[in-house]
Amino acid sequence: MVVARGDLQQLLDALTAQGYQVLGPRVRDGAIQYDELSSLADLPIGWTDRQDGGFYRLEKRDDEALFGYVVGPSSWKRFLHPPTVTLWRSRRTEEGFELVESPQDPPKYAFFGVRPCELHAISIQDRVFLQGPYVDPIYRSRRAGIFVVAVNCGQAGGTCFCTSMGTGPRARKGFDLALTELLGPERHEFVVEVGSPAGAEILAQVAHRPATPEDRARVAEIEAETSRQMGRQMETAGLKELLYTNLEHPRWEEVASRCLTCANCTMVCPTCFCTTVEDVTDLTGQEAERRRLWDSCFTMEFSYMHGGSVRSSARSRYRQWMTHKLATWQDQFDVIGCVGCGRCITWCPVGIDITQEVAAIRGEPVT
Amino acid sequence: MQTMKDLIAEHPFFRGLDPEHLDVIAGCAQNVRFQAGEFLFREGDEADRFFLIRHGRVALSTYIPERGAITIQTIGAGEVLGWSWLFPPYRWHFDARALEVTRAIAFDGKCLREKCQADSKLGYELMRRFASIMMDRLQATRLQLLDVYGGRS
Amino acid sequence: MNTMSAEPIQAVDPMAPRWYRILQRRRENHDTFTLELTPEDGGAPMAFAPGQFNMLYVFGVGEIPISISGDPSQPQRLIHTTRAVGTVTKAMSRLGKGDLLGVRGPFGTSWPLAEAEGKDVVVVTGGIGLAPLRPAIYQLLAQREKYARIVLLYGARTQEDMVFRRELERWSARLDVEIFATVDRATSGWRGNVGVATTLIPHAPFDPDDTIALVCGPEVMMRYTVAALEKRGLEHEQIYISMERNMKCAVGFCGHCQFGPQFICKDGPVFRFDQVRAIFGKWEV
Repeated sequence: MVVARGDLQQLLDALTAQGYQVLGPRVRDGAIQYDELSSLADLPIGWTDRQDGGFYRLEKRDDEALFGYVVGPSSWKRFLHPPTVTLWRSRRTEEGFELVESPQDPPKYAFFGVRPCELHAISIQDRVFLQGPYVDPIYRSRRAGIFVVAVNCGQAGGTCFCTSMGTGPRARKGFDLALTELLGPERHEFVVEVGSPAGAEILAQVAHRPATPEDRARVAEIEAETSRQMGRQMETAGLKELLYTNLEHPRWEEVASRCLTCANCTMVCPTCFCTTVEDVTDLTGQEAERRRLWDSCFTMEFSYMHGGSVRSSARSRYRQWMTHKLATWQDQFDVIGCVGCGRCITWCPVGIDITQEVAAIRGEPVT
Repeated sequence: MQTMKDLIAEHPFFRGLDPEHLDVIAGCAQNVRFQAGEFLFREGDEADRFFLIRHGRVALSTYIPERGAITIQTIGAGEVLGWSWLFPPYRWHFDARALEVTRAIAFDGKCLREKCQADSKLGYELMRRFASIMMDRLQATRLQLLDVYGGRS
Repeated sequence: MNTMSAEPIQAVDPMAPRWYRILQRRRENHDTFTLELTPEDGGAPMAFAPGQFNMLYVFGVGEIPISISGDPSQPQRLIHTTRAVGTVTKAMSRLGKGDLLGVRGPFGTSWPLAEAEGKDVVVVTGGIGLAPLRPAIYQLLAQREKYARIVLLYGARTQEDMVFRRELERWSARLDVEIFATVDRATSGWRGNVGVATTLIPHAPFDPDDTIALVCGPEVMMRYTVAALEKRGLEHEQIYISMERNMKCAVGFCGHCQFGPQFICKDGPVFRFDQVRAIFGKWEV
């Protein structure tokens, strides 16, 4: 189906009418961030992002594209696996303690503008929080009702490598609707693919026409063009074995000499899921609560056992992050933990590039 | 009735030793027995023997005036006690005292040294076995020095 | 050996503790104590398998993983033994009879007692490492006829540092189990063995071809122990160890306890040695 630019607002309206809180990309603090959308006008219309290792700038485009950029520092994980949540509250009573239920009905989210790599990131976190021996009730309740409007990428970002990871630039599944923006001198339309009955239901409320073979051909061309633009790549064949057999590679020491262990990469990564738990009381000591916060394997506290941290060197912490992401993750969740979104490269203050680190180890394996 | 050679052959320390060599060293060996509390040797005395412990247990200790005898290690059945007879000045570094009734095979150090001198293959075999024991004890001592039990909850 | 079901555990909230009241507190040594707990809600006791652990929560202070050290056949008394070394355990050490603790669990894998049936079982442990093994020993002794020889090799810094001394004496009095205790440093009155626990392995009475070894203690001690067991002729598949790492959630979500591909909380803490051999002892893994 094809929806004209002028009719696309109807999609937003239909979602809002169904009770969804619509979230999508907006310009915030000089970057593309995900936040509430009240109308299409909130989108970063006519903006693009220039990205490289340790570099990010928003720039004006010479057109009015709605989705003429890739991904910024935030990801949908912020909504499905929030940076801080209260797990429970407890109050001291005469007899002991009682749990104060804090019913937090999660909002019913519609994610508007989810990139293919991010769909994969969500499916990876699904494996972590929903498909293991335990289920995380917080993630489950937030994840359960979401409506996903994916957007296929019409251009590759400066640090993207989704083609290597098999996660983009076109969405294949995991969405209710997927848009491809068709932009030309005389046209501004969106080819819409329906991925679910819920998607069909919403699309029925939006003015649209059937897609022509030419429209479909254009979508395929855009995918091919975007793939060609991809400036980085990562060889994934035998990656797990490569890293397992190179725990003592000198490259870890070399990357550690640049790494600031600032944890930026883990915060911007759409699949990193580690958290810590904080137990706190109010000033009277009568009420206590447990909070869960995003944590990072780059901190010393992360591996602390009484007496010291298991990973006290930057070398071991970078190695843990990268080896987890690309190798042990495969044993744990049967998938690579990286989707090739490039955020960790862009937002690294010193521009450490995970694709280069892999290539360096692959180039001169120790074993 | 088991012969001295049989007794030596069944002790783990000499397991697998060439029968010819067993005959040779049996000539330097005798059965000994110590009552609980009896000393096998004393620090500073001439180290002229070593022992294959067959039954019982022996404490290797050193004496500290304000603390008394401090046990460094205990040595039990199947183990070997004493290597100061191997090298000059042939003096014991510790006290060895039986903690319970202890039966052992005692070897005459001087006798063995002469046999080893005459048969370097035997000498090598004996040294190899002692070196292995020394390595085990050194490693155990290093682990002991690490004082590992401080850090686990 | 994984005691968890393949079906997802649909707990309302795996992070919410259940309250337990302290029935008794016993001092084991200068910094180690044992707590006996009973569920405050009067509900069913916690069934557990030897080797599993719980997350114990001190109101407002924090939560830490502690192995269960009680008898699995008497789950109505939930027993934990720990050292007062961190913020939470120190706060815990100040609690007494009648106080409340939050408990989540039981979590993790257990000692392979079924696999060990018909074989010799050698338990090698040091310090408070005996705590996670005590439930296994209780069960081995309760089902004594199922096993061949049972041997316990226990090392501690000194006699005074030994935990469960009453049980050790009681077990020593039995003729169907062989207990060898040793200390790193002999203090006055100690008439037993002196030397690290690994020195007991070469001459301990078990058949290396038909033995399961259960090992728990400080990690460095476990490394030496595995080496000594290998030297005795045991294969890696015959050796089980219990691992420890920082742990926050105990259900595989927080990521802290990762040890290579393993999550100590759900894939461990008990591992067959060949599962971790490739990274065991590697620096900073």
